[in-house]
Parts: sequence; C-alpha cells; structure tokens
Amino acid sequence: MRFQLTDDQRALQAVVRDVIGRSSGAGPSWRVAQFPAPLKAAPLLDRGFWRALGDLGVFSLRLAEADGGAGLGLPEAVLVFEEVGAALVPGPLIATHLAAGVVPGAAGGETVVAAADGRLVEWLDEADVVLPGAEGAVALRSVDPLTPLHRVPAPARVEPVAVLLTAAEQLGTAGRVCGLAVQHARTREQFGQPIGAFQAVKHLCAQLLVRVEVARAAVYAAAVTGDPVDIAAARLLADEAAVRGARDCLQVHGGMGFTWESEVHLHLKRAWVRAQRGGGNTESEELLAADLVGGAV
Amino acid sequence: MDLSYTAEEDEYRARLREWLAKVLPTLPAKPSPDDWPGRRAYDLGWQRMLYDAGYGDVHWDASPTTRLIFLEETEEAGAPYVGANFVGLLHAGPTIAAEGTAEQRERWLPPVLRGDEVWCQGFSEPEAGSDLASLRTRAWRDGDDYVVTGSKIWTSHAEVADWCELLVRTDPSAPKHRGISWLAMPMDAAGITVRPLRTLAGSAEFAEVFLDEVRVPVGNRVGDENDGWRVTMVTLSFERGTAFVGEVVACRRVLGELAVEARRNGRWDDPVLRRQLGRLNAEFRALWRLTQWNVSEAEASGGVPGVGGSVFKLRYSHARQELYDVAADVLGPDSLDLERPWVLDRLSSLSYTIAAGTSQIQQNIVAERILGLPKGR
Repeated sequence: MRFQLTDDQRALQAVVRDVIGRSSGAGPSWRVAQFPAPLKAAPLLDRGFWRALGDLGVFSLRLAEADGGAGLGLPEAVLVFEEVGAALVPGPLIATHLAAGVVPGAAGGETVVAAADGRLVEWLDEADVVLPGAEGAVALRSVDPLTPLHRVPAPARVEPVAVLLTAAEQLGTAGRVCGLAVQHARTREQFGQPIGAFQAVKHLCAQLLVRVEVARAAVYAAAVTGDPVDIAAARLLADEAAVRGARDCLQVHGGMGFTWESEVHLHLKRAWVRAQRGGGNTESEELLAADLVGGAV
Repeated sequence: MDLSYTAEEDEYRARLREWLAKVLPTLPAKPSPDDWPGRRAYDLGWQRMLYDAGYGDVHWDASPTTRLIFLEETEEAGAPYVGANFVGLLHAGPTIAAEGTAEQRERWLPPVLRGDEVWCQGFSEPEAGSDLASLRTRAWRDGDDYVVTGSKIWTSHAEVADWCELLVRTDPSAPKHRGISWLAMPMDAAGITVRPLRTLAGSAEFAEVFLDEVRVPVGNRVGDENDGWRVTMVTLSFERGTAFVGEVVACRRVLGELAVEARRNGRWDDPVLRRQLGRLNAEFRALWRLTQWNVSEAEASGGVPGVGGSVFKLRYSHARQELYDVAADVLGPDSLDLERPWVLDRLSSLSYTIAAGTSQIQQNIVAERILGLPKGR
C-alpha cells in the first residue's frame, strides 16, 4: 500500500497548475480583476482557452494513447479537476471530459459539450452539443455569475464518474478557500496583531484544513477504487469541505468577504452550484445508508 | 496512489488471521472492569501470547503498514486491545527505545515486550492539564537519588503498575519547558499513595497519585537532566500516529450494527435518521482512508508520524461522539438503560475530545504548526 501521490502525479499537478495560472494572465473572463461587477448578459466561453485546456489534455487524458489520449486513469483525472476547481475555471468541463472519444472534437477542446445533470444544465447556450438533450430547458438567473444555468423538466441520471469529478472540483475549492482564509488571517491586523493569532479565528482555520484533509483522503481513495459507495462518500465530504469552507473563509474575511471585489463569493457560489449536481446529497446519503445493511434499502 | 497491499503484506495478514482464529478461543474469560489484578493478569497474558508468536514488538519494530494490518485484524477478530500494556508499549517503551541508554533499554524493554511489567503515566497534574509544561512536581538531587514530591492525575492503571513514566521539575528557575526531567519511578517505592478516580461512566479507569519524598535513582532518568520536555514530545508523537486504527475499525462495525438494529426496531423508516447513518458511513470510510494516507506518509518518511495525527484526532473524536449520539437516536428510550449496548460507550466517548490533548489544543497545534498562524491567545 502506498496511498500517496507518485512523482508523476505530482508533476501532472504542477503542469496543470502552471498552465491555468499562466493562461489566466492572458485574459479568460473569470479573473476577478477583469470582472469588476455583475455581468448584464450570460458570460461567454473563451474558445481559445477551451482549446488550450484540450491541448493540456484535460478532456482526453483518460482516452487510450491510440485514440489520441494520455491513457491515464481516474486518479489523474481527479488531480486535474481538483486544480481546475480551485482556479474556478468556467465551462462544462466534466461534460466535455466525459464526451471525449464519443463526441467528435470534445477531446481536443474544439467542441464544447454540455450535459443535463439532475434538473440543471450548465452552459447550455455556449455548448455545441448537449447530452442527452435539453428539451424544454428554461434559463434561470444563475446565482453563480460565471455558470449560466437552465432548468430541465425531467431529471437526468448522473454517472458515478461525473459525481467523482465534481467531488474533485469541490476539493480544489476547499483547498483554495482554506489557503485564502489563512493568508488573510496572517496579514490582516486588528488590536495590534494578525487576527490569526486569536484562537477564535485560528480554530476556524484549523477546521478548514481538517475538512480539506478528510475530503482529500475520501476523494483520492474513491478515484483509486472507482467504487460507487466510495464515490458517494467522497461527494458528501467534498461538498461539506467546499461549502462550509467557503462560508468560513468568508467569515474570516469579515466585511471584505461580503464584497463583490473579494473572490470569496465566487468560490462559495460555485460550490453551491456543484452541490446541486446529481440532484444534491440525498441519493448519496441513501446509497451509503443502504450499504450499511448490505445494499438493500 | 495505490491502496493494494504487497504479496508479503497479504501473507502477513493471512498468517495473523489464522493465528488469531486459533488462539482467541483459548483466552480466559474477560475480568470485570473493577477487578484490577484480574485485568493486569489478563492483559499481560495476552501480551505474552503475542510475544511468543512473534507479534510482541509490532508497535515498535514493524513498518507502519504492518502495524496497520495488525491493528485492523486484531480488532476485526475481537482480540483484546493493549489495555494495561498501553503506556509500556505505546508511551514509555518507545521513549526509552528512542532516548534511553543501552543499559536502560536492556532493563526496561524486554519485560514490557514479554508481558511481565506494567507501566503507568505520571504527566498531568491537577494544575497542569492542557498547559502540561507548567507542571510543579519537584525533584531534588540527594546523592544518587532524586527526591520527588508532588501529585499527578489521570494516571491509568496506577493501582497495578510496576513503573511510572514521570515528569518532574528539576530546575524551577529555568523557563518552564527547560526545567523538566523524565524519570522511571518504581511504583513500590515508599511515599506513593494512589487514590482511584471514578469516571462519569462509573468505572475506576484512572487515579490520582500523590508523591511524598519518593526516592528515585538518578540512573532512572532517561535523557539529560532538564531535557525531559523534548524526550516527552517523542512519546506524544507516537500516541498520535496509528493509535486509532483499531477504533476506526470498531466504529465501522458499530455503525453496521446500528443500521441492523434500526431496521429491526423500525427507526430505519425515518429518512432523517437513515441519512444520518449514511453520512456517518461516509465519515468513517473517509477516516479509514485518512488513516491509510497517514500510514503511507509515515512509511515514506521513515516511520515518523507527522502532525497529521492532530488533524485525524480532531475529526475522529468528534465523529465518535456523533456515532453514539445517533446510537441513542436509534435506541430511543432504551438509550437511558445502562444494560443496553452502546449506552456506556456513549458515556466514554465524551472523553475523546478531551484526553491526549483537547480539541481546542489540537486546533492550536494544527493552526500554528501546519498552517503557520502566529502564536497568541
């Protein structure tokens, strides 16, 4: 048993982090500096950046090398989606990833694929292809300014891999908001010292980290086993780590956390969107409960 | 990332399982909780069986993964836990192994491994709990002896211990962390009074120990004089390593039993309770994975447990309390009947967020040592 990242996995993580970090300077629309106020219209997807994600292998990495992929597995996919989740990369990333090798152009980032997930579809208007279709879809005014949403009448089934990759994105957010909270607690001074010296703030930060580490173990293990019950567990813990984490991060930021210009709200809103995927937590909880009595409900 | 075990590890597991199946039915009946001599004999006897079968030093010499397998298998088979051997095997022993002289290791370690001697711990004091370094039990040099006066508290197995790992103040003028020494005190020395303390669960699990001019040979000091704090930290990091493996396995078993009971008594039909059980399943699965993660990390870093133990303990101690609160929900009015299963466990779970570093202290450790937040109040 060696339940740690391999050197190759660390290298992959670093490359993805680097490419996303550099590209963001080039101008994708989600960066806070270029996004000073609520948008009047739904955001547009940056097609150039989408292709850059395709070149990076975000969509194709689990395809066999013979099919133009990297022949990697779920653990690598989870590491990549953790990074894109942390960076708030916009777009129907998971739907396009799952369509690679099925929908022409998805693997390379030429085609944008959206999918109905539970009662919602993300990025419907910007998608070239919608799976399995979006009949009767009605736009709603999305709480997340960077994720346009449509409601669909019939709930769509969600496969476990999609749930796992959502958990990976949530884990990314959880790690990111923990870092933001700690950074703020170290530098913001009140009463003549950094607020992170006060136990009330310190303990919020400690619990942020605890939730990240527990979720990380669950998400990575589910990526290794691919077991639906492990995936359900990963999902619950990653949702908690992201949503509670973003809330506590906002609290640590005080008044600034409540402003549009702080990025904290974007993490919280994205975490809320992801927590609704697959119809929310109920199904995962029921699956885990059934597992306790040998799978029978 | 690899969760599979090597062929060697699988073989170790199979051999251990086979051995447990053979010997567990031969164990004598478990003594009652108030029968201290009986408990001592039972726990030492178990350690002797482990020793004879080649498992006696699993807490010291085995790789972290082997230790994980050992703890997992023994718990699943319903084998006794370390019990009275806890301090000897998991605190004092590792400290002596790491910091003692060759002569000290030779004197104290084999009897612990063979199941001949019991150790207890004299760290906390009535006025030194979370702030352990402020301890006031004094030791003066008198020839080849230290003369020790003071009092200790929360000392488990004090009634039946042969030795006590004792922290004493040898230099009151030094800053508090720098004037402490680590002594091995023989429990039959003159001047020691043990007063049992009952826990809120009704059992006498620990005691207060009063020391009145107890003579301890200078040769019983492990590490340098006034270097006891550093020596102690070695001990505490052992405690936060693989210490909870067996308990997580046990919690997962209890959770399964709770679900079965809920189905039997109809509580299962309450979706709120059912989903709570589902959430606990996720929680303990994740804690098991975190254990495997920490063990793999320890394996990679040469067996030294990291501060990850504090992260684990914070979450686990809370989860354990939640587990037994949900058990009470499953039991309904029966949760007030001490004869029912889980009711006493619910009471003892209350100590988990307090013992071995309260959750508040653990949060300080995580925030300061892992996240790098400033020390303060």
